[in-house]
Amino acid sequence: MNVLLLLPILIPFLTAVSALIFWHNRAIQRRLNVMGGIAHPLAGIALLVAVWREGIQATQIGNWPAPFGITVVADLFSAIMVVMTGLMGLIVAVYSLGSIDARRESFGYYPLLHTLLMGVTGAFLTGDMFNLYVWFEVMLIASFVLMALGGHRQQLEGALKYVTLNLMSSALFLTSVGILYNLAGTLNMADLSVRLSNGAVDSGLATVLAVMFMVAFGIKAGLFPLFFWLPASYHTPPIAITALFSGLLTKVGVYALVRIFTLIFVQDIDYTHTLMLIIAGFTMVTGVLGAVAQTEVRRLLSFHIISQIGYLLMGLGLYTELALTGTIYFMVHVIIAKSALFLVSGIVQRVAGSYDLKHLGGLYRARPGLALLFFVPAMALAGLPPLSGFWAKLALVRAGLETTEYLIVAVSLGVSMLTLFSMTKIWAEAFWKDRPDPDRPFAPLRHRRELVVPVIALAALSVILGIGAEPMLALARDAAAQLLNPAGYIEAVLRGAA
Amino acid sequence: MEVLLAVVIGTLYATGLYMMMRRSIVKLVIGLALLAYGSNLLIFTINGVTRGAPPIVPEGAVQPVEPFADPLPQALILTAIVIGFGVQAFTLVLFKRTYQSTQTDDLDAITSTEQSGKLKLPDMSRRGS
Repeated sequence: MNVLLLLPILIPFLTAVSALIFWHNRAIQRRLNVMGGIAHPLAGIALLVAVWREGIQATQIGNWPAPFGITVVADLFSAIMVVMTGLMGLIVAVYSLGSIDARRESFGYYPLLHTLLMGVTGAFLTGDMFNLYVWFEVMLIASFVLMALGGHRQQLEGALKYVTLNLMSSALFLTSVGILYNLAGTLNMADLSVRLSNGAVDSGLATVLAVMFMVAFGIKAGLFPLFFWLPASYHTPPIAITALFSGLLTKVGVYALVRIFTLIFVQDIDYTHTLMLIIAGFTMVTGVLGAVAQTEVRRLLSFHIISQIGYLLMGLGLYTELALTGTIYFMVHVIIAKSALFLVSGIVQRVAGSYDLKHLGGLYRARPGLALLFFVPAMALAGLPPLSGFWAKLALVRAGLETTEYLIVAVSLGVSMLTLFSMTKIWAEAFWKDRPDPDRPFAPLRHRRELVVPVIALAALSVILGIGAEPMLALARDAAAQLLNPAGYIEAVLRGAA
Repeated sequence: MEVLLAVVIGTLYATGLYMMMRRSIVKLVIGLALLAYGSNLLIFTINGVTRGAPPIVPEGAVQPVEPFADPLPQALILTAIVIGFGVQAFTLVLFKRTYQSTQTDDLDAITSTEQSGKLKLPDMSRRGS
């Protein structure tokens, strides 16, 4: 039993449970929230170091040998994602202290937050398809409640759409898992990889199943044309929750796609991965075009989430080591940049009283520090050197050129331009232009420490990730190499099982 | 038996999806439930319906005698049913609250979150100590 693998799941679990015990005492809940928030990324980093030094870590729950029991397994990709989950958890946990109202806090906001983090971490660490379904449900039910918590009309309407589409996706996922078990006789991912690659399963049926999974995870990841729930719901809950969702939830869908389309469904790459490239192109374009049309900052950013998912999928579709390096690096970059943008727009709303670009203005003159905090992640997202987005896109574009997929390269560069355009639009409207109604003064920012420190941390991370890109790129390259050679993963899981 | 169940599963999926495409919230939640039942029954059926053959190892033997029912799909379904039960309970309450707050069960009328720039903001500035 490898405790390192279980700690990142156990810490948010224990945090959530102990916060539930102190249901009536918000002060203790807030303290527990911070403690759990700090411990979670530390456990993640410990796991990442162990995987980095000793190779892929796997443990069998209850000592049932794989493939019969549930396997918890971490390769570099999983470990990186666990660290990012912990980090985002901490950032949002601190930001929540200053931005979540007392009513939400007393109706279980903190337990839900950590339950969500547990679900996400579990999904990243599991090595079993059905267990993945269970972690998805843990994550979903927590996110359902977080989205509806507060009961504003907007939130309920958003939650209705979010819940419906995600439940449909879950039903499809479950169906696919059932059929997969019938085809392969196992649900352990490593074992599935073995059985589907040695020709025991009809490859035509496997491809049909692969596409079913693609649709199921595609809904969760917000791929074209399955993303409609996202811009209809993500902007309705409090901004801390939106930032957390944008950072983690769609990425879990992408993680699941990367996992199964590098480990399990690699029989018919010509078909599945080309399909993915096409979807990636459409996802980028529709996302960014949707964003250009918006004037409400949170909706604008929600559309950008979709557009960025396209880049992540592009790396998977190209399916080379460099491309997957790009995807992994991009994932880390976009989690940081996107959440930072949402959190900054939360501060903007508190200072200027609106999320609507039409009512915003004059912030650069009045609050230059805030403008800088927006500028850094916005330019990172658009991909300006030397910030993190540049290296991520560079890796993807080079991978595209190497595999002579010029169309997707052209699309991705064009979308980059449009991303820059819509970032400058926010900049020009909210920060640069004069305030439309100068009589209304800017509000002083209360809870400054809790709100600003997380955003500064994220912006700094984005800069560090850009200027010191080399170590992170090396790590991403190793993770991509592990994804492309599933033998190591299979060996780690099934070791001693034969 | 499998054929009959296959027809039932198909009907469940078709009815579920049809109900989801209607405009009423109530039909939507019924549709979601039917869809979940469809997937559960599908896992059960596709992995083989074996009658009266529990997977029990006879005394003295090391493995059960073929044919025996595979217990794993049943364990999967059991888990899925429990999860589905919880999720459906939540969905019902959520949809009821949505109905109460929007005063309509027409899904086409629930579009206020998709209109750009006309959002009424939830008041987040109110905060106790």
